[in-house]
Amino acid sequence: MSELPLRAQLASALGKGAATLSRATGRGDGSVIGGRVALKVEPELLAKLAQGRRLTLVSATNGKTTTTRLIASALRELGEIATNEQGANMPTGHITALAAKPSARNGVLEVDEKYLPQVLEATAPAAVVLMNLSRDQMDRASEINLLAKKWREALQKSETHVVANADDPLVAWAGLGARHATWVSAGQRWKEDSWCCPECGGHLKRDPDPHWECPECGLSRPEASWSVDNEADVVVTPDGQRMRLELSLPGGANQANAAIAMATATAYGIHPKQSLPRLREIRSVAGRYTSVVTNGVEVRLLLAKNPAGWLESFAVLGPPRIPVILSVNAQIPDGKDTSWLWDVDYSVLRDRRVFVMGERRTDLALRLETDEVAFEIGDDVAGIVTKLKTEHPEITKVDVIANYTAFQQIRTAYGRVQ
Amino acid sequence: MHVHSSDSVPVEGDIYLLGGGEDRPQILAADRLRSDGGLKRAAERGATVLAVCAGYQIIGQSYGDDDDNPLPGVGILDIHSGRGESRAVGEIVADVDPEIGGGRITGFENHQGRTTLGPSAKPLARTLKGIGNDGQTEGAYQGRVLGTYLHGPALPRNPAFADLLLSTRVGQLPPLPPSWGERLHEERLAAVM
Repeated sequence: MSELPLRAQLASALGKGAATLSRATGRGDGSVIGGRVALKVEPELLAKLAQGRRLTLVSATNGKTTTTRLIASALRELGEIATNEQGANMPTGHITALAAKPSARNGVLEVDEKYLPQVLEATAPAAVVLMNLSRDQMDRASEINLLAKKWREALQKSETHVVANADDPLVAWAGLGARHATWVSAGQRWKEDSWCCPECGGHLKRDPDPHWECPECGLSRPEASWSVDNEADVVVTPDGQRMRLELSLPGGANQANAAIAMATATAYGIHPKQSLPRLREIRSVAGRYTSVVTNGVEVRLLLAKNPAGWLESFAVLGPPRIPVILSVNAQIPDGKDTSWLWDVDYSVLRDRRVFVMGERRTDLALRLETDEVAFEIGDDVAGIVTKLKTEHPEITKVDVIANYTAFQQIRTAYGRVQ
Repeated sequence: MHVHSSDSVPVEGDIYLLGGGEDRPQILAADRLRSDGGLKRAAERGATVLAVCAGYQIIGQSYGDDDDNPLPGVGILDIHSGRGESRAVGEIVADVDPEIGGGRITGFENHQGRTTLGPSAKPLARTLKGIGNDGQTEGAYQGRVLGTYLHGPALPRNPAFADLLLSTRVGQLPPLPPSWGERLHEERLAAVM
């Protein structure tokens, strides 16, 4: 990218300086501030920085950061890549990521759902990866039906290749706007936001899972060339080969994310045999799924920001003898409305010991009481673990599920673990 | 029982609850409820109805689509809703009309709608914090049909309001011992007021 115009070079350099300063002063990961400074100087910078590269954009309600990391890992097979691994997923974060790696020919960018049309237009990516859409932070996020419509319109105007989840009707409908697509049967555990046909509003027929079709307008699930067999821990490739995943990351959602990453890497000419070992190496992503040891107990951190995310997290929990701590805040990044807690079915937690904490633990307490889940109140992870350890000295593991700022608070308490 | 948009609405229920939704599904729901007719017949035979947010708008006489064109509602509550200039988002507190009881209610509102009441409907509550219908009043009622912009959700967070709804079917209820519902109610009032 050495041919960047002078003004763009200056903007890029200023941005990098600000990012370094932000990190050095402990104000953050530096991934947003750098881009913000650069954008002031050169509004076209994102398009200029993207020129000549083969980029993949990744968007979804859940799993963006993890899938971006998986794809990044697979693409490193081809050499240096540019990526916003810290999850700064708006244009300022994209600028910082691209400016940091001026000579990387390949890149993968996590993109906030709302910004996807704009970033798609600015960067003319080689591929766009779309995984799922479900209700999320409804006090500030866009309505997902509207998002899907905007994605679809942006893709209709683009030449990009879409890699998308065929099993999520909203995502598939958006992806069907693209001229070129690879469909992955990546599954959809949370179905409460996709009973209506995205095309005509009819009640979708969703049987047998994962098939779906609209009896009114005929829209139906595109045929997938890749699929996931969750039970067998297998990805099935387009030529019918069954590959055991054996990921370090837990859960069905990550099996799906891995299948999507392998399909994306294939579009770059990387064979699944080369990409899969790279996916297996990833154990945690920006603190997600990581474990911290406190008081001799291994505490595993799971991030879940919305009903679909909580449902996936419940599926990842250890056996019932392992207690779980739930923590919920309602700050701006979390969404200030806690109504979504009522969309989640907590009855699966009845067989284990449950603790609630966080700024909105009373909301959580009422919710659990309504679902007849016994629970105890706690102030922080360390206090709860100490209590558990005192009562049961043999305890070795605890799971934590927290929403965004609650998760970051816990992560910070353990030194911003990665 | 749970009724899907493709099902017909049974008329013999005691209490009907309608939730909110996004704009497009809301229009679809209103069309289907109107052509099905079950909810209207149930309300006419005296069933209790509580409709929240988008549900509140669509049981009225009319509501606005994306571009604020008026669309016909189910017509069991004498209200008209249109789109306001700004979105009403945040915690809301209101005092329910003392004539029906229910006390001070707390919730979260997230809507673009502004609602005016016709002569047959009365305001459900007086807005103390937040917007509700128009910054002055919140929700509406007409006989046993009640509508509100409050979710959060409205019933668990406001046990006295839930009792009011139940008492329309079973008469006066002895209060339950205070539990997490009351705790949350107090906590949200303290946080907002």
